[in-house]
Amino acid sequence: MLDLRLYMAQRLSAMVMIPLTLGHIAVMIYAIQDGLSAAEILGRTQGSVIWFVFYAVFVLAVSLHASIGLRVIVHETLGLKGLALEVFMWLTGLLLLGTGLRAVLAVTL
Amino acid sequence: MQEMDVSVWRGDAGGGGLEQFKVPAQESQTILDVVAWIQQYADPTLSYRYACRVGMCGSCAMMVNGVPRWTCRTHVNKVLKDNAITIAPLRNLPVIKDLATDMDPFFDKWVAAGGVHHPGKSRDDAIEILDPATPARVETDTGIECINCSVCYAACDTVANNADFLGPAALQRAWTLYLDPKDADPSAILDAVSGRGGCHNCHSQGSCTLYCPNELNPMKAIAGLKRVTAAAFFKGGR
Repeated sequence: MLDLRLYMAQRLSAMVMIPLTLGHIAVMIYAIQDGLSAAEILGRTQGSVIWFVFYAVFVLAVSLHASIGLRVIVHETLGLKGLALEVFMWLTGLLLLGTGLRAVLAVTL
Repeated sequence: MQEMDVSVWRGDAGGGGLEQFKVPAQESQTILDVVAWIQQYADPTLSYRYACRVGMCGSCAMMVNGVPRWTCRTHVNKVLKDNAITIAPLRNLPVIKDLATDMDPFFDKWVAAGGVHHPGKSRDDAIEILDPATPARVETDTGIECINCSVCYAACDTVANNADFLGPAALQRAWTLYLDPKDADPSAILDAVSGRGGCHNCHSQGSCTLYCPNELNPMKAIAGLKRVTAAAFFKGGR
């Protein structure tokens, strides 16, 4: 159900997510401390290559990590396997990637 | 003479349930003694498996009060609760009849995990001298006293929920064989444990290590396999 490649993809994406999660939380705390408005935040993120790369990588790592993790949970608790399990994992990953990137583009373009 | 209330699972692959027996309590009595008493004095049709009676052969493991145990070395006074004991066939294995399970899936997975020696020398070669002090050999020593009793396999929740998972015993065997300098094809072992049912499915819950009657640590062996397969992944080719 989980081979070496999926295992490594999930572990490596977790390692990528650790600093990005901390950075994300730090930014959120910073943003609310000074009472930044949505317009002010968008003013800083729109057109920023750094914020685009930061959150695009974050979304990619989350999509990989969560879809593989849900694959394990769904297999072990609901018994989904074979082609249905592959389809579930890919659909979950693509849904997270699509909606995530859409959000990233919305605040950085 | 004081009697105990013993519930024994009776049935076959089609299903079954618990049957109650009154068994006389004796000094230094083991769970296997209890099962043998029932078969000899109460119901001769009771099926169970045992061989050596001294904790070497790995034949007599059963679920005792819901926990997998080697019954020949489990004293009644250690597990008796409210003067009652429940004895059932090993978890995670198909039942043949009563307390006897079909252990084929367990042993098939030993082979599937690459647990067969890969020879690299002929009879004309000199015998390889092994240094017992090398780190690999010291690590190997901690995992080779497995008696194939399947207690770890029955204890494993990952096996229960993921039928393809090779299980703790087979993976521990693969780990000790991987560390063996006499094995000529360690990469075949890494391939065998890197598939869909391989070591990467382990959640490190540790039930194998908790219940192993020989106090081995299959969870550590599986962690070792994860480590070397991850290293092999970075080196490429996997």
